[in-house]
Amino acid sequence: MSDLTDLWIYLSAGPLLWLTATVLAYAIGDAAFRAAGRSPWVNPVLVAVALLSATLWSTGTPYQTYFGGAQFVHFLLGPATVALALPLWANRGLLRSAALPMVAALLVGSLVAMLSAVAVGWAFGLRGAVLLSLVPKSATSPVALGVSEVIGGLPTLTAALVILTGIIGAVVVTPLYNALGITDWRARGFATGVAAHGIGTARAFQVHETAGAFAGIGMGLNALLTALLAPLIARWLF
Amino acid sequence: MIWALVLLLGCQLAGESVARLFAIPLPGPVLGMALMLLLLVVRPRIYEVVAPTGQTILANLSLLFVPAGVGVVAHLDTLGRYGIGLLAALVVSTVLALAAGVLTFRLVARAMGQGPDGGRAP
Repeated sequence: MSDLTDLWIYLSAGPLLWLTATVLAYAIGDAAFRAAGRSPWVNPVLVAVALLSATLWSTGTPYQTYFGGAQFVHFLLGPATVALALPLWANRGLLRSAALPMVAALLVGSLVAMLSAVAVGWAFGLRGAVLLSLVPKSATSPVALGVSEVIGGLPTLTAALVILTGIIGAVVVTPLYNALGITDWRARGFATGVAAHGIGTARAFQVHETAGAFAGIGMGLNALLTALLAPLIARWLF
Repeated sequence: MIWALVLLLGCQLAGESVARLFAIPLPGPVLGMALMLLLLVVRPRIYEVVAPTGQTILANLSLLFVPAGVGVVAHLDTLGRYGIGLLAALVVSTVLALAAGVLTFRLVARAMGQGPDGGRAP
């Protein structure tokens, strides 16, 4: 028994255990997603997060220890963002004809995301730093955190709101667009990237390659627009 | 694959450096994406080098958000205090932004004579 305890102490101190657990949890989430007929309601990220959170909680493992292993997966977000240039390049023919619709959808999608979040939060009695933390939640994490700090929000709260926005977007986007009868993959992908950043983009790639490419552009452009507009909106509101 | 990694990481490194040096309010990787696009425009052959590795990473993009997702659970106490208001704000604003964006895109595309699937209208 003490051998097992020793092994646990040894493994839980290094990155291997939680790195393996992260990949395994996602593999289980992805298998569940496929088993459910690729239903948007069984989001692989959500399944993996639930499994890992339950494991951390039941073993009393702090998030910092977990992240010591998971950081290797987290780091790949950088190269993955750079790699979004590939589908952009492959779809460059489609891009040219979509420039004007993209600019319009970017402005409207970005403003609606920021203003409606603040309006609903206000209606529910949120004020001050908590309310401001909502403003950049549709932008990709690194931009949203920076913006939150600049406008007087709480960056750690914004980090959580950004991830939740992505998961909500990834879950609702397919049923919503099917209900609206939208069959244009460029429009579906682009608006998803603007409203639900990288997690929405990952969902778009699961559905259609063109949608994924346009989601990547939407995410990148909304990162830029949120960085520019959020400070103005925050100053105008408060 | 090695050259793909060199190019992907190199673009990210260059993006991070430019963002820091010139205090640009964009994440380094987003500037790295713009740089990679520039490389592809100048040297289209790079596509064949980077595409296999890059597309493998993109095909598993969801996996990369799992560590940050677990981090949300670590903030549950903050979220719990304002839970209902924050959750309502997130759900409503995300659904509205998704719908407003896609409808605006289609409105402008239709005005330009593009059909429901994005091609020329029949």
